[in-house]
Amino acid sequence: MNEAEVLHVSRAEYLSTVSDLKSRGFAMCVDVTAVDYLTHPGRKLPEGITAERYEVVVGLLSLEERRRVRIRVQVPDEDPTIDTLFYLYPTSEALEREVYDLFGITFNNHPDMTRIVLPQEWEGHPLRKDYQVGAVPVQFKAVNGAE
Amino acid sequence: MNDSMDPKQSVLGGKSKDLSFETSEGDQEMGMFESTSTDELGLEYGSTLRLSEGIELDPNDMNFEISPDEKMIINMGPQHPSTHGVLRLMIELDGEIILRTKPVVGYLHTGMEKTAEGLTYLQGSTNVTRMDYLSPLHNELVFSLAAEQLIGIEVPDRASWIRMLMCELNRCSSHLMWMATNGMDLGSTSMMLYGFREREMILAFFEKVTGLRMNHNYIRPGGVSADLPDGWQDDVIAILETIPGRLDEYDELLTGQPIFRERVNGVGIITDSQAIALGATGPILRSTGVPWDLRRDMPYLHYEQVEFDVIVGSIGDVFDRYSVRFNEIRESLRIIAQVVEKMPEGDYRVQDKKVTPPPRMRIDESMEALIHHFKIFTEGYKVPEGEVYVAVESPRGELGCYMVSDGSAKPYRMHIRGPSFVNLQTLPVMLRGGAIADAIASISSVDPVMGEVDR
Repeated sequence: MNEAEVLHVSRAEYLSTVSDLKSRGFAMCVDVTAVDYLTHPGRKLPEGITAERYEVVVGLLSLEERRRVRIRVQVPDEDPTIDTLFYLYPTSEALEREVYDLFGITFNNHPDMTRIVLPQEWEGHPLRKDYQVGAVPVQFKAVNGAE
Repeated sequence: MNDSMDPKQSVLGGKSKDLSFETSEGDQEMGMFESTSTDELGLEYGSTLRLSEGIELDPNDMNFEISPDEKMIINMGPQHPSTHGVLRLMIELDGEIILRTKPVVGYLHTGMEKTAEGLTYLQGSTNVTRMDYLSPLHNELVFSLAAEQLIGIEVPDRASWIRMLMCELNRCSSHLMWMATNGMDLGSTSMMLYGFREREMILAFFEKVTGLRMNHNYIRPGGVSADLPDGWQDDVIAILETIPGRLDEYDELLTGQPIFRERVNGVGIITDSQAIALGATGPILRSTGVPWDLRRDMPYLHYEQVEFDVIVGSIGDVFDRYSVRFNEIRESLRIIAQVVEKMPEGDYRVQDKKVTPPPRMRIDESMEALIHHFKIFTEGYKVPEGEVYVAVESPRGELGCYMVSDGSAKPYRMHIRGPSFVNLQTLPVMLRGGAIADAIASISSVDPVMGEVDR
């Protein structure tokens, strides 16, 4: 099995790096996801990379070279935003909406930054580590006349 | 999020908008044409922002001439029988012609990725197997491969070959199920019955091997949960002898049949560059003529040791997607025949005391074995810190698993890249400009499994 090459880039270089990779033959964006490292005991990062709470992980695939590359971007807690890949890879539209929905990371310039799997009025972002399972009552909508 | 959206206020207010609030998904729904941004319109019109000539499309250049009162936004689903589960499509129509499409998903969301963070690696495959319920074994496989790569164990040969056998059978059953529902969507009810009949043969074999017809929890980190039962070859050979003949019958029933061809030829076309830009994988990508199959291009298990052809289409319409799936059943049967021949003797799970519980016999005579058994099933085993992405070719496309471990017995983060979720984005492209009746054929040809879309 081919092991993917892992690249760590900063938020500022993120878009240019991906666009560079795209011109080098990485035609397909396979996956956009994120990890909340709030309670993680510590991970190995290369020198020069400051660990932040969130990490956006993007998987690119080159069909010609049969190669994968994985991009990891640190996103701080105080400003959870990052540029969208939509204008490079339209496929990232739904994937980025999912990350926004479940982690609360906003993607700049995304055409339709709304929740995708949870209802519009849901509070909180469930895949964050400080979102406790079972601590929040299930938000069913009230029925007419009830109460 | 928004104060005016507070459910209590709206209900107690007793205003006329109550009903629309109760069923509304708010901004997730398709908006009126006038209030939608050009970028979002481009998305809903299915422009992938990358035309085949390599020219970037400016959404402002798009020509929208239809006057607002001739257009209508309708809902298809979530309960429409042809939407394969709870898929909801909002479609803007000009008469019979589709202008814009927006899938609204999430009706089956149960937070399975969050659930996975609370389950040990041993329990995890029970969770993932319920995502894509038509190909449960592929889900278990990708989860197990990711966990094994983090632990750094290599499973015995026989376990890998058993996994291949089961996964290819699962591909057959999934594609047969697709043939059945596709037949029903297009008005060929007999195909529905035949497809289920053949699938039943395979599910009966699954039941014999794993104990369950679906959601097997059979493939686990370290191998498979049980060895193949005695006489398994006879069952598999019976499948291999029966199904090809039945496939020839379907060929007569559907492939050459003028009414069926009328419904599928030239409908829901997607080009190769659009499919790549939209991240479509599996039969959708192959139907456009791109020979991309992870089994051949990035082999896992022992796929490099078996011979099979990657089936490709030419123009990427519904018929091409039909033929790709149809012929993939034949290729899978070819692989299964080779697996039966090459199946090695040996262990069906790794003899690494860390992940494998002791055999039942030992528990009766040894206190240590009992403790060991108990600890594996309660505490689980610790997996070294790290992160990994593994992908396999599921019947619907690239099924990926991104797993992060913090060194404990439960995954820190487990993300499944569901092919159905990404493939669903091709729908606006396929439906644009077609008739509403053809939408059914296109939706069916994407083969979305909503359990995997929503997770």
